[in-house]
Formats: sequence, C-alpha cells, structure tokens
Amino acid sequence: MSDILDILLAANFWAAALRIATPLIFGVLGALLCERAGVLNLGIEGIFTAGAMAGWMAAWLGAGLWGGVMVAALAGAAFGLLHAILTVPLGLSQHVSGIGVTLFATSLSYYTYRTALPDVSSPPRIEAFQPLDIPVLSDLPFLGPALFQQTALTFLALALVVAVGFVLYRTPLGLAIRAVGDNPSAVEAQGLSVMALRIGTVVAGSALMALGGAFLTMSAFDAFFFGMVNGRGWICIALTVFASWRPGKALIGALLFGAFDAFQVRLQTEVGSFVPGQVFLMLPYILSIAALVVVARKADYPRALLKPYFKGQR
Amino acid sequence: MIRFEPREHVSPLRRIAAPVIAAVAALAVASLAIAAAGAPVLEAYGLMAKGAFGSAFAMSELLARATPLIFTGLAAAVAFRAKLWNIGGEGQLYAGALAAVAVGTGALALPGPLLIPTVILAGALAGGLLMLIPALLKVRLGADEVVTTLLLNFVVILFVQMMLEGPMKDPMGMGWPQSEPMLDEAMLPKLMDRMRVHAGLILALVAALGVHIVLKRTVWGFETRAVGENPEAARHAGIPVTATFLRVALLSGGLAGLAGVGEVAGLKGYLTADLSPGFGYAGIVVAMLAGLSPVGVVVAALFIAGIFVGADSMSRAIGVSNYLADLVVATSLICVLVSGLFVRFKVRFVRVGTGKGAA
Repeated sequence: MSDILDILLAANFWAAALRIATPLIFGVLGALLCERAGVLNLGIEGIFTAGAMAGWMAAWLGAGLWGGVMVAALAGAAFGLLHAILTVPLGLSQHVSGIGVTLFATSLSYYTYRTALPDVSSPPRIEAFQPLDIPVLSDLPFLGPALFQQTALTFLALALVVAVGFVLYRTPLGLAIRAVGDNPSAVEAQGLSVMALRIGTVVAGSALMALGGAFLTMSAFDAFFFGMVNGRGWICIALTVFASWRPGKALIGALLFGAFDAFQVRLQTEVGSFVPGQVFLMLPYILSIAALVVVARKADYPRALLKPYFKGQR
Repeated sequence: MIRFEPREHVSPLRRIAAPVIAAVAALAVASLAIAAAGAPVLEAYGLMAKGAFGSAFAMSELLARATPLIFTGLAAAVAFRAKLWNIGGEGQLYAGALAAVAVGTGALALPGPLLIPTVILAGALAGGLLMLIPALLKVRLGADEVVTTLLLNFVVILFVQMMLEGPMKDPMGMGWPQSEPMLDEAMLPKLMDRMRVHAGLILALVAALGVHIVLKRTVWGFETRAVGENPEAARHAGIPVTATFLRVALLSGGLAGLAGVGEVAGLKGYLTADLSPGFGYAGIVVAMLAGLSPVGVVVAALFIAGIFVGADSMSRAIGVSNYLADLVVATSLICVLVSGLFVRFKVRFVRVGTGKGAA
C-alpha cells in the first residue's frame, strides 16, 4: 500500500502522466473538432504517423524544431483535406475513407522514410525539444518538477485546450461548427456553407492530430521508429467519446489516461517479476475499451455525425 | 456544385470497371513514388510482374499469399454487408492461429483425418468468439465496434506475445519467442511439390463459394443484407436484428480466424508474433475492391497478393522499398471508393443559382 502511495506522491510520476497525456491531448482535440463538425476521422492513426515522420524529418533536414512542427501540421492538414474531400462533397463512408487515409498516410510515411534512409539500422537522432526552465515556477517544490518542467509542446497542447474551448463555445465560428455537426440544414438556412465549415474543421482538426505525432518524435523521443504510434490514434477516438466531445473533459480524460499509464509502468517495476510485461502493455487498450463502454449508453453523439449532407437536402 | 443522381440500373460491366480503374489509378500513383525514389518506373513494374507471375515458383508464392487475404477479405465483406464495422481481422487472425497451435502441437492425440478438421474448427471458433466480444458490446451497451475491434487487435497481439514467451514457448526454440511446431499430421497438405502453396487455398475458395451461397440463396443472407441496408426497417419487418449482428460477427471473425489457421498449419508450421504483415487490414481493401462480393474477393485477393509478392521481388532486385506494396494497397482503397461513386451515381456538375437542374 505504502508503495502505491509513494508512487502517487512522487513529482516525477505526475510529470510522466502529463508527458504521456500530451500527444493524446492533441489527438483528442483534433478528433473532437472533426466529430463536432459531423465527420468521424479514422485517419487519425495514420495522421499521427505522418506528423511524427514529417516533423522529425523536417527537423533532421535542418528546418529547426518549430519548422518541423509546422511541417507536421501541414502534413496532417493535407491528409485531413483528403479525408474531408472524400467524406464531405463526395459523401463517401466515413469509416472506410478514414481507414483508407490511415493506411495511405502510414504507408506513405514508411515509404518516404525508407526511401530517404535506405540503409540505416538505427534512425538518425535530432536535438529534440528540451524541458523549459521557467523562472520561479520550475523551482516550486513538487509542483515545479510535476508541472513546469515539460517541453514547449506540452504547454502548446494545454494552450490549445483553452483555445479550442474558446473557439467552440465563445465565437460565432464555434457555434457554426457545433451546429454543422448537429443540424446542418439549419446552418445552411443561415446562409453559411456546410461544406466549407466541415472541410475547414476537418483540416484544422487533422493538423492538431499531426502535432500529437510530432510530439512523439520531437519531444518524447528524438527519432522516428516504425510502429511507434502504436494505436494512440485509436485510443484518442475512444477518449473523445469519453470526453463527451468537450475540450476540458478531453484534458481530464487524457490526464487520467496518462496517470494510469505512468502508474502501470511504475507498478511493473514493483511486481514485474510475477506478472508478464505484456499484461501491463495491454492495460492502456483495455482501459480505452472500458472508457468507451462506460459512457457508450449515455454518449451524446453529435446528431449529424457520419451523415453526409448535400445542399438543398432537408 | 456537384450533384449525384442514383443510377436506376448498374450494368455488370460498370460494376467491374470500378475496381479495375481503381487498380490502374493506384498503380499510376505508385509510379510517382517509384520515380521519386529515383528508380526506373517501367523496369520496376516489369520486375513486379515477373516476381508475381513469371514462374511456377512465383505463382505458388502468389497463391500462398492470396490465401489469408481471401479469408480476411471475406471476413470484412460479410461484416460490412451488415454494416458491422469489423476492423479487427488482424486480431482475429492471431486468435485463430493461437487456437490452431494450441490443439495442433501435440496437446490433442487424434489421428490425422480428425486432427486437421479439429485444428480448422478451433481456429474458426477462436476468431468468431473474439469478434463476438465487440459485437456484444455494440448490441448490448452501444459501444462503437470500430474502436473496440481496432483496440482489441493490439490486446490480442500482446496476448500472443505473452503466450509465446510463457506457457506456449517452444523449449527447443533456441530462446526465440515461438510456439512448438505443429504435428506433421496437423499440417495442411501442400498442393505442389517443393512449393509453399497449400490446401488452405482450397479451403479459402470453398469458403468464398459458401459465403456466396449463404448471402445469395438463404434467409440468413437476406437478413444480413436487410440489416445492413436499414436496421430500423429490418426490425419493423420482423427480422431479428440483434441475432443477425451476432451471427454475422461469428461468421466474420471465424473467417478471419481461418486466415490464421492457414498461415500456421499451411505455411509456417509454428506461430510467431510477426505472423501477419497486416493481412487483417489488407482484407478490408480486398473486400472493398471486390464490392463486398465473395467471388470478387478471390479476384481482389489475387491482385493484392500480386502487389505484395511482386513488390518484395522487385525490392530485392533494385532496392525500391517494399513499403511500395502497402502504398499501392492503400491507394487502391481510396481509388475504389471514388470510382465506386461513379458506378452507383451519375455525377452532374451544376451551377448554383441558375435554378436549372433542381430536382
């Protein structure tokens, strides 16, 4: 028991939780934006991979870290545009199109990586984002190491929670985005373009997803590996339902998930000799399924989610 | 703006044209990727064709590779017909493979003629039961099966790794995480001497025919299609929607499980955690290229298998990454979605605001 308390009371535990949560915060924000506009984006897993690869490669080629982040966002936006065109004006199945975008973005990332670096066994490393040293705050006891020794991308993720929340609930644009996922014909009656709103939101949401991928190669690690996204995109889709499509709850969901994951890693070192490591590695996926199942019955899906809309239709 | 008018009659020629156009378009896109890698495009395609079709060995490899793709393609086609989004073919394949080695490596002392059917049944059952979990979560608790099947893929592969490093590890395996070898009597026979193509192919073709008959000629098939087209209307018509979903889930998962059986009992002879290079996901592409038709699945599986086998051979010869195959597969999925649109609809470009063309 005291071991568990020791884990939970250590500052580095909470620092790890926030670090694990960061890519999920980006991913869930992106997914909830797309779904709020009525488009399920299962391209997320591939967009994560593309963001991870593109951001890292741009930085490795000398674009600088923030240049890499920009490139990652642009790559995500491009794949988002592909998904948006397939599902909004063409009205194709969002499920199948999303899987297609994931397969396409993943294979294109892997092919590009292998073509650029045909013979390397271990990937070249970049100078990744370092934890910021914020005067005063970073030196606070407990809170300093737990909250204020993260990299700039974690703070960007936290800022985006506020920004996405503000846009969705405090601006006319946000009202239009929410309406377009609930009742598109009402939006059209206002003289707004359902198509433009949906495409724009999916593109923006996909750019956010790609930042989650970029965090993996440019902050959590400093190189690109095959299979490194490892289902994080799918976990984000489950967390989006868990978060009821709200940015604030998305942050809480991602943090809970991060805390649980950090906890199981530490528990593993305590009881690892009795329980096979795979059991611990399974937990995040099982937890995501459980999170989805718990809220599934009362989940208030955007009413026009998955439903294509054509102009003039009621 | 663009308007889609449903065609009243879709000619068979048009139906076949969609995947053919998609395949050609995907190969065209891939030729850009080959050119970007600085390789000669025509030579690369020549090498791919030779690697996939150019010899008896190539044909055997092609058919061996097509076998799991037929199974996973059928699994996706059956489920998608009922709009049950089973994206868990990869996990169900591993579940089938795990069950096959569980009964086929000596735990059961049965004579050969009984052992092989037992192995097949065990694999199908394992895949089917695995798919039953997300299907039950869907019909009972309303949990979206796309996410649950996707996440279960990761759980199952980790479970397989755990078994292969633990209770099912081959003590003679030099420390490698692999299962004990299948008994000789549990192995599916080879179809050609010194070639890898095996009786799993026959099983896959029989499965395709069986699924075709079930979907086209039986009440089950009718109910499956009705539920896929409109579950509410099906419920009103007195069709047992929940039971149909569960039945489809069992069948779909079972078919994917058979892909795993074929790979261990027909090809490898033992189980490792890298048994499948994504056959489960490629099965979705196979099903979509086939327009969800079981017979079409066989043809589409041969195409996708040709891409994989050809790209491997081409990659060895001129060094273009064999991730090219995955790129072609992904591109053909996106292309077939778009070309399918032109099959089902007349696409009209109309100007907004002229008042003309309003339906």
